[in-house]
Amino acid sequence: MITVTGLTKRYARNTAVDHITFEVQKGQIVGFLGPNGAGKTTTMRMLTCFLPPTDGTAVVAGFDVLEHPLEVKRRIGYLPETPPLYPEMSAAEYLEFVGKLKGLSGSELRQRIDYVTRRCNIDDVKHKLLGKLSKGYRQRVGLAQAIVHNPDVLILDEPTAGLDPKQINETRDLIKSLAGDHTIVLSTHILPEVEQTCEQVIIINKGKLVATDSVQHLQNRARGVESVLVEVAGRNGALDPLTVQRCLEQVAGSGRVIVKETRSDRSIFEVENRKERSIRSDLARAVVESGWDLNELRSAAMSLEEVFLELTREEAPAHAAPVEMAEKGAAQ
Amino acid sequence: MRNVWVICRKELHGYFVSPVAYLLLTMFAVIVGFFFWNALGYFILSAMESQLRGQTQPMNINEDIIRPVLSNVSVIGLFLIPVITMRLFAEEKRSGTIELLVTSPVTDVEIITGKWLAAVILYAVMLLVTAINFSFLFRYGNPDWKPLAIGYLGLLLQAGALLAIGTFISTLTRNQIIAGAATFGVCLLLWVLDWVSGYDQATWAKVLSYMSVITHFDSFSKGVLDTKDIIFYVSLAFLGLFFTARSMESLRWRS
Repeated sequence: MITVTGLTKRYARNTAVDHITFEVQKGQIVGFLGPNGAGKTTTMRMLTCFLPPTDGTAVVAGFDVLEHPLEVKRRIGYLPETPPLYPEMSAAEYLEFVGKLKGLSGSELRQRIDYVTRRCNIDDVKHKLLGKLSKGYRQRVGLAQAIVHNPDVLILDEPTAGLDPKQINETRDLIKSLAGDHTIVLSTHILPEVEQTCEQVIIINKGKLVATDSVQHLQNRARGVESVLVEVAGRNGALDPLTVQRCLEQVAGSGRVIVKETRSDRSIFEVENRKERSIRSDLARAVVESGWDLNELRSAAMSLEEVFLELTREEAPAHAAPVEMAEKGAAQ
Repeated sequence: MRNVWVICRKELHGYFVSPVAYLLLTMFAVIVGFFFWNALGYFILSAMESQLRGQTQPMNINEDIIRPVLSNVSVIGLFLIPVITMRLFAEEKRSGTIELLVTSPVTDVEIITGKWLAAVILYAVMLLVTAINFSFLFRYGNPDWKPLAIGYLGLLLQAGALLAIGTFISTLTRNQIIAGAATFGVCLLLWVLDWVSGYDQATWAKVLSYMSVITHFDSFSKGVLDTKDIIFYVSLAFLGLFFTARSMESLRWRS
């Protein structure tokens, strides 16, 4: 439904989006994930024909955004970060205006307005002025506006930003329920949101594509590099973390060992699990046999959050370098 | 064309649910009414004087009331036009609703034309209210209606040109005050440019005087339909709308 190839947006001084390539299948919900300022909004604006790309192509619903912008615009619904509402209009007037703007008329227009007001649960504020609505309702009217012309593709820029937890859940459910009829691209910097709502995730950082994969895959990938946290204490007070580290490294199946925290009599280590099966029991035996106490032993499964941080860090070696140095320093 | 109308109606809705339209209508009606009242007062006074002196010089309502009042209306318009146009694009840019318009299946030209048309319609309604004054002249006297109609046509053409310039300036900023102030400055300048012709007849003075919107209104207020003045206003309006379109395009490349 959406095919993006080498999409680039350059401004005078910086490159906001740098050669991004991805594809979205029909009916999917795709999460567009990245820290603030990563280029999410710019990419979405290029998909909606608001900004023309400097380089590369984007084909939305079968039409190129540069060559046939009107055809693309007819087939997309777009909810910008702040819902584009006119405060002096009532919700009903507003939806009528947007519907007409998108090319609806007559009984079709009335049917669609009825449908989206029901779907987005804004029946009770239909005749209130938009300027007087609460944030949650404004967001819902924004969403209603985006789907009023039954578009093939829905592009939502941070649809849950600034809502309270209850509203966030409602909005997520609403978005999920829309998935069958529409292909949805939503951007967010909140990870659990992607885990909960999306099937596929596109991670970008500093304008560059970092990863594009299904949420399932990414989580599996995260579990693949499971690591174990071990807290060790010396029996008679003093404990030399380096000796413990060397001991843990010798356990079959353990990878890199990092000293996470050191106090006078105990230390916490993070041990990478390189083996298929868990190495926890082996680690426990090694610690006890060496004459130390084992205070705690738990697996630290990487959350999507850590995968995300890891991935976005890899792409920025200049920033990553000092962090790794610090880790090595601590390890030695 | 349908899209132009959709946008135009939305703008008119914006004018008429907010106090803007009513404020403008009231101010315009009061000020023009005051000018009319003055012109009428002078007319009656001089009519009585000439009667007392026993002169039988014919007096002309068109020349002595309608013409000066129409000239005044055209100047008052210059002051109110910024208020009409300042919000057109600046407000959409500030609130982000411009994203809705630009990502809808309508062309830039349709958006611009719709907004400008709404501004022209509002101004036309304002002019219509001032026409009440002149209707009294028809009730109690017998002025010629043709020069009056041509005068109103001139006012509308002049406003069309200035509103186009105001629309353009509104696309340059997201701050309504700045848009309004800049439009006011430009309108004022286009008015006073003509003053150089008072002391200089060199070519540059003639060019400046030609560029003044007031010079071109003279013939309309006399009731003369001059093609060169019509062309001036129409081309100025086109120029303003053309710049608006270019500005909207550059908005996308920069934003």
